[in-house]
Amino acid sequence: MIKVLFFAALRERLNTAALELDSSSFERDASAASVLKHLQSRSADWQQELSRQDLLCAVNQQLCPLHTKVNPGDELAFFPPVTGG
Amino acid sequence: MSIVVQVQNEDFCVGTQYQLLSQDSRCGAVVTFTGLVRELSSGDLQQMTLEHYPGMTEQALHAIAAEAQQRWQLGAVRIIHRIGALTPNEQIVFVGVASAHRAAAFAAAQFVMDYLKTRAPFWKKEQSSQGETWVAAKTSDQDAAERWG
Repeated sequence: MIKVLFFAALRERLNTAALELDSSSFERDASAASVLKHLQSRSADWQQELSRQDLLCAVNQQLCPLHTKVNPGDELAFFPPVTGG
Repeated sequence: MSIVVQVQNEDFCVGTQYQLLSQDSRCGAVVTFTGLVRELSSGDLQQMTLEHYPGMTEQALHAIAAEAQQRWQLGAVRIIHRIGALTPNEQIVFVGVASAHRAAAFAAAQFVMDYLKTRAPFWKKEQSSQGETWVAAKTSDQDAAERWG
């Protein structure tokens, strides 16, 4: 399984905080971009929300580019630019 | 070099943090920064809510403090960030740095805040009489972080 988390405005717009994907639906060398593409195909709303240019991605709690490889058991997160401090 | 990172609902005492930072006789400089909830220009901010990514937030703050230590000779770095519901003028964030000399302490404190603003997974939502709004990221914060190279 691959765990996917959403935060802040994105979580609210998707009405989803977390979900799990069956990793067998991805190729061995799947990337975070492959997972994102899979999620975008869920609906027009998901397509729109997950196509924002400023979307940030973390794999196993580390900020990383979308070409980062994803393995079974990994935790992915997608979220808007951060605004702490 | 000691690094302390705390993500918490509770308020913090700057005086206590300062005392903890000023224990090391090799450090002749302590710089602290405290961020507060700022009122909106309309003057009707009722509440600000801080969301975070549990686990990643603590790791990100620790990594920022560790990077500051690589760039400057530091005795201690303490970072506290609050989460949950806050009201105007409440404390949100504390960054404290102890070093042998002031230049490193000033620079490292600024560096930690600039990186925290753009790399630590926190999100602010403002609640006012106009409704709820997620705070948008600022280009100026991104520019401030990028100047450190």
